Amino acid sequence: MHKTIAEHPTLADKFNQDEERVNWHDETLWWVRAKRDKAAHTLPEWEDLRNLASQIKHNVLSNLSEYLIQFEENALKNGIQVHWAADAQEHNAIVKSILQKHGVTQIVKSKSMLTEECHLNDYLQEEGVEVIDTDLGERIVQLAQEPPSHIVLPCIHKKKEEIGELFHLHLGTPAGNADPQFLTEAARLHLREKFLTRKIALTGVNFAVAETGEFVVCTNEGNADMGAHLADVHIACMGIEKLIPLRQHLGVFLRLLTRSATGQPITTYSSHFKKPRPDQEMHIVLVDNGRSRQLGRKDFRNSLKCIRCGACMNTCPVYRRSGGHSYHNAIAGPIGSILAPNLDMKDYADLPFASTLCGSCSNVCPVKIDIHDQLYKWRQVLVKEGHAPAAKKAAMQGMAFTFSHPAFYRMAGKTGKWFMKTTPFMVNNNFNPWYKQRDMPEPPKESFHDWYKKNRKENGHG
Amino acid sequence: MAMGSREKILEAVKRNQPENTPLPTVPFFEPPFTDSVRKFSEVVQAIGGEVHQVSSYAEINTILKKEFGTKTIFSSAKELAELVQTGLDYKNAHAFADLELAVVEANLAVAENGAVWVTEDLIQERALPFIAQHLALIIPAETIVPTMHEAYGKIGTLDYGFATFIAGPSKTADIEQSLVLGAHGPKSLLVFLIRPL
Repeated sequence: MHKTIAEHPTLADKFNQDEERVNWHDETLWWVRAKRDKAAHTLPEWEDLRNLASQIKHNVLSNLSEYLIQFEENALKNGIQVHWAADAQEHNAIVKSILQKHGVTQIVKSKSMLTEECHLNDYLQEEGVEVIDTDLGERIVQLAQEPPSHIVLPCIHKKKEEIGELFHLHLGTPAGNADPQFLTEAARLHLREKFLTRKIALTGVNFAVAETGEFVVCTNEGNADMGAHLADVHIACMGIEKLIPLRQHLGVFLRLLTRSATGQPITTYSSHFKKPRPDQEMHIVLVDNGRSRQLGRKDFRNSLKCIRCGACMNTCPVYRRSGGHSYHNAIAGPIGSILAPNLDMKDYADLPFASTLCGSCSNVCPVKIDIHDQLYKWRQVLVKEGHAPAAKKAAMQGMAFTFSHPAFYRMAGKTGKWFMKTTPFMVNNNFNPWYKQRDMPEPPKESFHDWYKKNRKENGHG
Repeated sequence: MAMGSREKILEAVKRNQPENTPLPTVPFFEPPFTDSVRKFSEVVQAIGGEVHQVSSYAEINTILKKEFGTKTIFSSAKELAELVQTGLDYKNAHAFADLELAVVEANLAVAENGAVWVTEDLIQERALPFIAQHLALIIPAETIVPTMHEAYGKIGTLDYGFATFIAGPSKTADIEQSLVLGAHGPKSLLVFLIRPL
């Protein structure tokens, strides 16, 4: 038996206890999704761009080893120090060794889902290093001692009153003030002091260009730039799949990224880091952590095309109503549910089942990843490997038996109808998960089987 | 040890990567607008910036003097020398911490998204356009291109240490999706479009 971890349905149940918050979460994300639609519709070539991006990424995947070597060579020529990390542990150790070399115990960090995946903050804190997240949403969840619940909108699950309370406790703002403008100004002052005093800044990477050895970091707040340009050392951490072949391809991806993410035409800052400043040290850490393994899984390798826009989460009816934390993974939602089982099939076996397979995620994906198909395929792999969630397994075995025994199927149907008609309280209660947040349907007067038998005779067929 | 991981990763990637598929060429996409200057101005305003069409640096001088008066201003543009504060150590990025306004000449701009391309050689310090409380960008109107594809066409494989697209003032919507201008960087953005008479 493997260790028992809280699974998606249990964690979603917890989130669902506050119905008002669920509705608000649902509506807020749908509003972001609608903004995405509006932005996409302004470009007549939107579908061509998606195809193009998907094809470029496919070429990247099919030549990834060559592009990695080319990128390394050019980055070294540019004066960037290149490190390779096979897994999260090695990534964290490399970061620590750079801090140690400079005798630094305090750093500022810009948003990086890779460092979340590697649990870098926890690791560094245990090593006595203070990490300050500088993206406002990330700083908020950091103060709340929570992980981000969304890759683009890290504190989308939090109400402004809760944020006001956190700032009152940690930053000394007046109690009861929950005005976003006021709170942002307070965070600006608090973080400016950190930017000006920290010697090492860490950032993520949105795109790295093999042709030139440069990397691009996109933010709206400017926190990556404030960190990197004011620090003596800039460490950039990236998954190996972030490469693109040519600089001109940035034109394709930057057009798609923010329109898909928030509906903006582009992020406020799309910064191209090619060489360190004369007085600065620049490092890049290339991280595998299971990506080469996913590349070998034919059915799932397309997931490595992901550019982390979050569109699949904003549109997902399950994500919107269960919250990012219910996915217990750095990357939540549909794409996270494909990436997570690659990291650990046992621990994340529940996630591909946290989907209605409605296909909305695949429809909005800017690089045309077949997300819902991959979720469906993961279910089959997980069941075959013996990792299916227990309740799902029992239910599926029950269904398999019922569907392969016609007499039992008819009897079960009749019994169900009889129960719903004569003793509705047997199904309209909280023990029945289908009753939650919905009314049970009126049972039909007769089954399809009975209706068909009768009508076939009346129509004189057979 | 690091060498070991490099080989291990490259070997695993090579073993697992699919059969080669060719790199597609990026086609020319006709923009759905004809007046790029107008489109650029509209988008910059929509993302929180302010656009001034001017015919000379003298006009920029006048506008900035009126809006910023005696507040600390820095610019590497010779034509704006009389606005620039003297006696500060502008070789050190940290010295910009209390700067009220940075005025930066830009290379080119993109109509479809209001982004302005600035390379390192046009700013004294990389931090300059981020650390100032307010930012002004100066763009010759004829350098505005319709889309990102044309922008990268012009940028080509140019060598630089650092370059960035700037689209509007620094912003965040992390608190209940309420848009707030001035997260860490400039709270406002002024764009001067120079169109000689």
